[in-house]
Amino acid sequence: MSGFLEIKDSCTGCGICVKTCPVNALSINDVKRAVVSEDCTLCSICVDSCPFESLAVHHSFGGNKEELAKYSGILVLCEMRNGSPDRSTFELLGEARKLSAGEKEVSVLVITNDASDAAEKLIQAGADKVIKAVHASFEHFSTEPWNSVLTHVINEDMPEIVLAAATTTGRDVMPRVSKSLDTGLTADCTELSIDPDSGMLMQTRPAFGGNIMATIVCDRTRPQMSTVRPGVMKPMEPDAARTGKIVDLEVTAEMIKNRSKVLEFIPTAGDEVDITEAEIVISGGRGMKNPENFDLLHDLAHLLGGTVGASRAAVDNGWIEYPRQVGQTGKTVQPVTYLAVGISGAVQHRVGMQSSDVIFAVNKDRDASIFEFCTEGFVGDLFEIIPALVKEIKKRRG
Amino acid sequence: MKFVVAVKQVPDTAEVRIDPERGTLIRDGVPSIMNPFDTYALEEAMKWRDELGGVVTVITMGPPQAESVLREAISMGADDAILISDRAFAGADTWATSHTLAAAVKELGDVDAVFFGKQAIDGDTAQTGPSVAASLDWPQITFIGKVRDLNKDSITAERYVETGTQVVQAELPVVLTILKDANVPRVPSLRGKMKSRKAQIPVWGLADLALTEDETGLNGSPTKVVVTATPEPRTGGQIHEGSTEELVAKLADLLLGEGSEA
Repeated sequence: MSGFLEIKDSCTGCGICVKTCPVNALSINDVKRAVVSEDCTLCSICVDSCPFESLAVHHSFGGNKEELAKYSGILVLCEMRNGSPDRSTFELLGEARKLSAGEKEVSVLVITNDASDAAEKLIQAGADKVIKAVHASFEHFSTEPWNSVLTHVINEDMPEIVLAAATTTGRDVMPRVSKSLDTGLTADCTELSIDPDSGMLMQTRPAFGGNIMATIVCDRTRPQMSTVRPGVMKPMEPDAARTGKIVDLEVTAEMIKNRSKVLEFIPTAGDEVDITEAEIVISGGRGMKNPENFDLLHDLAHLLGGTVGASRAAVDNGWIEYPRQVGQTGKTVQPVTYLAVGISGAVQHRVGMQSSDVIFAVNKDRDASIFEFCTEGFVGDLFEIIPALVKEIKKRRG
Repeated sequence: MKFVVAVKQVPDTAEVRIDPERGTLIRDGVPSIMNPFDTYALEEAMKWRDELGGVVTVITMGPPQAESVLREAISMGADDAILISDRAFAGADTWATSHTLAAAVKELGDVDAVFFGKQAIDGDTAQTGPSVAASLDWPQITFIGKVRDLNKDSITAERYVETGTQVVQAELPVVLTILKDANVPRVPSLRGKMKSRKAQIPVWGLADLALTEDETGLNGSPTKVVVTATPEPRTGGQIHEGSTEELVAKLADLLLGEGSEA
């Protein structure tokens, strides 16, 4: 165990901590004092539970300081969509600039079949160096070549931090890179900072369905790698005066070796909105009662330029298609405005939408849990409110 | 065909409650379940076994009580199961977990495909599947919404990505992660339940997998949790009650960004 759980003299043996331990490592001994077994994983969940503040976790950060010091700078993996860097890449560059505090070099790796104007945009958005890996076979994301290029660049450049978006691309390739380089990876981070004492990257992420926030370090190996939830970090304003280096990477035969191939890419049809990209999401739940009633929400969404989402109950009842499901077994959305209609607000739904800027809720049950965390709640019958709302908005717009 | 499904026993996060005074998780009485996403992985493996012949072996890494999810999998139709359990495995992050699972897949030998759920609902990392693929040096297809074809040489599957659908073909052996869209899991049969009660489930530990304490569990994990905290609760805002007209006027103000700030 690297570190230990300290049980201070103020312990009264009340036993509260015993119940919080996920690995049953705590017990109360004969003299009414908590004792910890070797099963303790230092997860620190018990620490907050103690009413007497008698528990503390002490970590011993390992790692060979000289080895770790060989790594410097931040590398961002650029994700291309329709020939341009995705919004999530600009968010990562903004965050990388913040973490660098003017001291660490920020590089960005572009893997593409055509990077004509990407480099300029990436420099304006905060990159000091753009590494381009261009090859005809890099039209579509594929695990093995991306892994090969990334591990090559990391081995050459030795960045101390690597950031990728927590998209289907980042979450596919980064665990592979983590294993290839035998270093740690933290998934879906929502907050990053540098610990002023140790210089370690503190990586904070939600777990247990958003019920707890865990802060994770990678102390013994480099680089420290995170995938970062899209829509959370802020891009910087593009700065046309910024300058940077552009490096063309030689793509070797080894890098394009691949045991899988993309046969076809079928883009989502234009009228199907990706609910994770929408600024306004209007979701219906069990209270919608049938599929036809979802037309009410589509009308409202159309008026407001938003899109329609749903709770699991509505999807399981077959009222609306699964790609629109918000929540733990569906998608996570963080729009500017989220309107929950006839949704009780169970925790599985909540974790998929609680990061929205504002949450409005319409529900006829005053005791629905959605009213405990929404920004503004409306107690009433949705079948009266929504049609009247559509009329009202049309009227105000003339 | 020889298929392996990796499942995880998780606390039912829907039942997790927060102690309002201390702001900590109350785990007392929270039931443990099979990770819901893993049921789609299991169904997909069984579907192709039924079509092509072969066996589905379910594995899990966890404490002794995790055996119950293996019995559940057998009751649903899996052929056999192995519990990967050792004190040395506790506290593993995704690197150490996948290192250990990959050792078990190697020990099984001649496996054609390993199926994972998209992610586990407690950790929500989605990292273990791809990391096992890397450990085995096999190709991988993640976020599969539909398996189009599976034969003794290759798999063709639809990956659901942000902007559309990627149709990917990969050589076997392969590691797959499966979405809810792929299928509807079968329910346990009476025969399955009988079989699951009688099933002998071997336990594989550190020595069986020829691993050391330095590459497993907390010791083998490059990442460690240093702080856990409950997020700042989103406190309930204003609740409006009244006539439909009043409610609609207020809601329209808010949605159109009028009134309230003025």
